[in-house]
Amino acid sequence: MPSLSEILATMEYGPAPESESLARDWLARGPFGHFINGAFTAPGALFDTTNPARNEVLAQVTQGTEQDIAAAVAAARAAFPAWSGLPGAARARYLYAIARQIQKRERLFAVLEALDNGKPLREARDGDIPLAVRHFYHHAGWAELLAEEFPGQRPHGVCGQIIPWNFPLLMLAWKIAPALAAGNTVVLKPAEYTPLSALLFAEICTEAGLPAGVVNIVTGDGATGAALVAHPGVDKIAFTGSTAVGREIRRATAGTAKALTLELGGKSPLLVFADADLDAAVEGVVDAIWFNQGEVCCAGARLLVAEAVAAPFAAKLRARMDGLRLGDPLDKSTDIGAIVHPRQLARIRDLVAQGVAAGGVLYQGQGREGCFHPPSVILEVSPANPCFTEEIFGPVATLTTFRTPQEAVELANNTRYGLAASIWSENLTVAMDMAAHIRAGVIWINATNLFDANAPFGGMRESGFGREGARAGMLAYLRPLDAPAPHAGPAPVLALPQPVAITGIDRTHKLYIGGAQKRADSGQSYSVRRGDVLAGHAPLGSRKDIRNAVEAAHKASNWARMSGHARAQVLYFLGENLAARAAALEEFAPKPEVEAAIARAFYYAAWADKHDGRVQDTQSGHITLALQEPFGVMGLICPEEAPLLACLSLVLPAIALGNRVVAVCAQSNPLPALELAQVFACSDLPGGVVNLVSGPKADLAQTLAAHEDVAALWCAAPELVAMAERKSAANLKPVWAVPDALGQGRDFLAASVQTKTVWVPYGA
Amino acid sequence: MSHPRNPGTPLDCTSFVRVNRPAAERRAATLVARRSLKGAHQAAWLLNAIACMDLTTLAGDDTPDRVRRLCAKARRPLADEIVAALGLEEMPKTGAVCVYPTLVAPAVAALAGSGIPVASVATGFPAGLMPLELRLAEIRYAVDQGAQEIDIVITRAHVLGGDWAALYDEIAAMRAACGPAHLKAILATGDLVTLSNVYAASVVAMQAGADFIKTSTGKEGVNATLPVGLTMCRAIRDYRAATGHIVGFKPAGGMKTAKDALNWQILMREELGRDWLRPDLFRLGASSMLADIERQLSHHVTGRYAAHHRLALA
Repeated sequence: MPSLSEILATMEYGPAPESESLARDWLARGPFGHFINGAFTAPGALFDTTNPARNEVLAQVTQGTEQDIAAAVAAARAAFPAWSGLPGAARARYLYAIARQIQKRERLFAVLEALDNGKPLREARDGDIPLAVRHFYHHAGWAELLAEEFPGQRPHGVCGQIIPWNFPLLMLAWKIAPALAAGNTVVLKPAEYTPLSALLFAEICTEAGLPAGVVNIVTGDGATGAALVAHPGVDKIAFTGSTAVGREIRRATAGTAKALTLELGGKSPLLVFADADLDAAVEGVVDAIWFNQGEVCCAGARLLVAEAVAAPFAAKLRARMDGLRLGDPLDKSTDIGAIVHPRQLARIRDLVAQGVAAGGVLYQGQGREGCFHPPSVILEVSPANPCFTEEIFGPVATLTTFRTPQEAVELANNTRYGLAASIWSENLTVAMDMAAHIRAGVIWINATNLFDANAPFGGMRESGFGREGARAGMLAYLRPLDAPAPHAGPAPVLALPQPVAITGIDRTHKLYIGGAQKRADSGQSYSVRRGDVLAGHAPLGSRKDIRNAVEAAHKASNWARMSGHARAQVLYFLGENLAARAAALEEFAPKPEVEAAIARAFYYAAWADKHDGRVQDTQSGHITLALQEPFGVMGLICPEEAPLLACLSLVLPAIALGNRVVAVCAQSNPLPALELAQVFACSDLPGGVVNLVSGPKADLAQTLAAHEDVAALWCAAPELVAMAERKSAANLKPVWAVPDALGQGRDFLAASVQTKTVWVPYGA
Repeated sequence: MSHPRNPGTPLDCTSFVRVNRPAAERRAATLVARRSLKGAHQAAWLLNAIACMDLTTLAGDDTPDRVRRLCAKARRPLADEIVAALGLEEMPKTGAVCVYPTLVAPAVAALAGSGIPVASVATGFPAGLMPLELRLAEIRYAVDQGAQEIDIVITRAHVLGGDWAALYDEIAAMRAACGPAHLKAILATGDLVTLSNVYAASVVAMQAGADFIKTSTGKEGVNATLPVGLTMCRAIRDYRAATGHIVGFKPAGGMKTAKDALNWQILMREELGRDWLRPDLFRLGASSMLADIERQLSHHVTGRYAAHHRLALA
């Protein structure tokens, strides 16, 4: 220890370590088994969990087997009837007790988290743990209010939950709290690198008196997670982790009727405008990319800076980096701790090397021996640099300049991901414009990485789907009570001429693409029969027609920017024109179906300006908006039943809220839907908003499901759901297996939008 | 003084920054939570705070005897047994003593031979709403009495009205009146309210030649706060980057605890660097903070929590 005069000469901070003795005492309870049916199992095949900061083994935990998963799922299944049957108020008390118990052990949790993950104790103490507690309190509230606020909904049953290593307890809380509040039971697999806080949480569940089997924790690696995903007794999978694994899970669950939510990777932009408070923006970068060693899915990894201030901003940023302290995670003056595992460190170093090889200029702060990575920024990075596109998941930002707000949006959206964005400008007019145009689930204006249990969190694009937190997050753990309607498959496509005569005057139906009637690219038609009667011919659409339809839909982007009222005017006019042509339509569909179709147009016209977002109550001094944004271009797979009404039942809610759609018509009888082309064309509906394609439905649906520029898919043909879900993994578009394509209501509207949460701190 | 005095620059309002208050408040809150000082390091930082302290009395009932008592505490801020237990070779002393102009003479006499400078408030402290000639005359009087540092107050109306030229001219004239004495410009940030005002006033004061910029008189409704300090530190940093000139910082008012002393020093260290932990660039304007520092140092050496009545009054 230096003398006082030596300290006075340097004015260094000195060591300020947190005691780890209590955590060490707890670790001595290992080796650990799983927590199944309210008790710990005997340890099985063991693996080490390590402290990356010191490269030491902390404890041994059990590698979960298929049998372990089966036992845990069985326990959760057995516990489900009683748990879901409890009044919400009773479940609320358990959640409240869990929140209280975590608070009573907050320091132990924080130290354990810092040891196992390598994160600074200060961040665990001030961030992870209080937020986890907040989630349990918040969801105790939802349990209390469940029946009142979510009528007509029921829990899924057994939820399989797989969480990452970056915020072990917090991610557990985000998963378990809403699941239990909604009445589900849970099998959770913590990350291989960081299983300890979940095991401590298991003890908390016991202390809180939670009934056996409601929460089960099985430790293990990816194989354990895969066994959980594959288990037929699981009703819902919730996953937070990499996009690559998310894709595997999407494929593995395709067609199983398991509900799925995915919270995946990101490459979030942080925009700095010339009128920003630059020092504040620099701190925003610190919070964005040097928080939690940059091991944050929503890390602001791409700095996009106005050319006019790029030089002073970079100078301030470098100076700030020099002051960041890299070191012992348990020291209370540490800014950046250890990287979770040497494998992750190697990956970060490899990507940084690639970024430099591609022309980036690297600047780094203080480094350290061991499993540490210095705070880094790579300057002069263009979108073609791999570090601009690849998620690094480490303390490494890139810096790219922009010239205009339009170019800033273009660069911000030049990514597969869409998790978060941070916007720095003292001009709220400009900042809100950026927030409107950036494709991301969470937007922070003049702030970064703000979280709250009552602020929906989740991604767009390949950052996944589903939200966590708030009312939107509760919906991910509930499903409608109604059972799906029965369904018949399509009649076969008959592309060769039929030995049957057409009755009446010949009518030529075409595809409807970009506001015009188009012949099929294949140059072929197929016969549409009504019983033994040849009712007409339909164009034989192919993948190229789908391609053209999607392009046309993208060009009609102005539709999304129109007000709800303006869209309502179009839909009312559409209803009026449907009524005017009712007699003609009745040649193709029964009168009650035509009448129902007309009513549907008026119904969704009514909704067009009323499906509001919310203002969320989060933190004082913040406006937190949960906007309801259309997906953009959606694919709709129609069923075979009631081809006119079903087509409109899918098209109308989607376009009412600003989407443009490509609908694949009923294969057996697409004529009623194609007949709508004339009505759309005369109803002021801009070309490209609705596109109709007929032909071999499975092929067309497959092209649409795999299309990387289609943002969401509704599949009302149950026989195609498995394929559609599997193919959707390409760009991770959400697939909604429409339970009742002839229905209407809030479920359709909810499936037409994704939540964009916008945080606006204020203060004069 | 290890650096040349700030010569000032022509007035230039283009370098003003619009300061984002929520972001400044977030940074101020996390800044002090990100650093921890324990044991000997905490003791050393508290000793440093004493060396940077403008031990102050600015009350209507100040008398020469009251000022002499304060000066005695400035010379001997810690009890002998604490100094001995800390292993210090000599008794620490405060950075300065700060008084009203008419009490400069007794303070100078009481501090003779100590090397502790006397600072005087001037220019119609605390409101400053007196004719400029009288304010300048007051500066000259205080300097003539032996004050080596002059803490002036600015005309808040110039900031609130956006009359930057008037503000610049006023401070430049005061700097001239100070002669060799150092000028600390009190911005009365509690009256300026917005952080953008604080930043702009800081810039103009530095351009007009202030040696220090200081937050408060201690008489405004809101005194030194960390977000305000953060804003002024950033202005000092930006001014140095633009001109190469070095300006000191003095928070004043409302700081009463040893914890405050540590927090403000952490702010300086993080935002401006180690040099701003020396008394030529950093002062803490405080009256009662010293007593709490002495208690904490007593606890450090004895392991027992100390009582005020066992330690000498300022």
